[in-house]
Amino acid sequence: MNVSLQFFHVWPFLGDLAEGAWLTILLTVNAAGAGLVIAALGAFAILSNVTPTAWIARSYVEAVRNTPFLVQLFFIYFSLPQIGLRLSANEAAVITMVINFSGYTIEILRGGIQAIPIPQWEAGRSIGFSPGQIFLRIILPQAIRNTYSSLTSQFCLLLLGSSVVSAISANDLTAMANYIQSLNFRSFEVYIVTAGIYLVIVAVFKVVFALIWRLFFARWA
Amino acid sequence: METVIAYLPAIFASTGITLMLFITAALIGATGGLAIAVAHTAHPLLRIPARLIVSVIQGTPTLLQLFVVHYGLAILGLRLPPLISAVVALAIFASGFLGEIWRGAMEAVPRTQWDASRSLGFGRLHAMVLLVGPQALWIALPATVGFLVSLLKTTSLASIIGIVDLTKTGTMVANLSFEPMLVYGIVAAIYFALCWPLSLLSRRLERLQHGAR
Repeated sequence: MNVSLQFFHVWPFLGDLAEGAWLTILLTVNAAGAGLVIAALGAFAILSNVTPTAWIARSYVEAVRNTPFLVQLFFIYFSLPQIGLRLSANEAAVITMVINFSGYTIEILRGGIQAIPIPQWEAGRSIGFSPGQIFLRIILPQAIRNTYSSLTSQFCLLLLGSSVVSAISANDLTAMANYIQSLNFRSFEVYIVTAGIYLVIVAVFKVVFALIWRLFFARWA
Repeated sequence: METVIAYLPAIFASTGITLMLFITAALIGATGGLAIAVAHTAHPLLRIPARLIVSVIQGTPTLLQLFVVHYGLAILGLRLPPLISAVVALAIFASGFLGEIWRGAMEAVPRTQWDASRSLGFGRLHAMVLLVGPQALWIALPATVGFLVSLLKTTSLASIIGIVDLTKTGTMVANLSFEPMLVYGIVAAIYFALCWPLSLLSRRLERLQHGAR
């Protein structure tokens, strides 16, 4: 076996890889932001003692967590046009990522909310907050703080999992790698460099999350 | 509708491929994971490569690992059949995550257990196999079962390199029948039927250990 690694074939395409990396970051950040909002609603629905909404939210969580991301992606991308909803690959990608991320974070937030002592709700009531206000301004921030590490690692899983959207020709980092290796035929080098870029992105986000923790959450008692 | 019904047996048959991928990858991955976890506790010098392997596996997309094994190694002259590539890549993925779960479980066993076994005259190996190992196994059980769910779901990536598993069969039948919603619904339902019992088991084990929350 005559092995020679030729990484110099990858360098002319670094600009394309950076473009793909940027789209991966955009997809992930947008999906995580929207997913977190849905997750807060879902967690609220599960804990709100209204049976039908709790049941719907629970089924949503189970359905998302027990089916593959790739199948969810195909379902959104290929079957929504059947009911007249034609999506671009990137739109389908971000929608599937929102669904997937929220499915996991509902569970995380629910646990975090339940861990907050009931007197916190009562205290909110006693100073005249409505249930919605109590949830948004007292309970949710604490729940996010308590589950911060789970939420951020879920974010990293979402970022890595987003490489799967290349399967429906969204143009994320992995799709860009596929494209480049089809031009220069150096698949090993291209994929290794791409994997390295993912490692760096995840590492950078970990630093960012640590900074956010320092700035916003660490000062709370 | 008729087309979908006609191809239902094919869809069910391909579930066998998915399960086969899952079981082989789980078995090989468990061996690798055990090696990583033991390397962590065995010697400080082994800890560095073990940690490096785990962080690379957990820090890069599984799909990309699959591409490196299947397309990357082919360029370097090692041309693997898709089925082997998929099993290898999934086993690598599994060993990284299982290794980390089991390392954590071993470290969760109180150090005094090691000391106690020392004082009773057990060697390191005996203490590991007879005392610390079983306790760690029990601690790790919920997370391990939970990971199996994610491994089972991850086998769907094998369809991208051309393995005709449940997902791939779903794609083909969807293209044949022009009924993607129905077909992907069925495919998702089959994955759900396989994964949900494992999820429930994992949650029940967790509750058994930590009490109701």
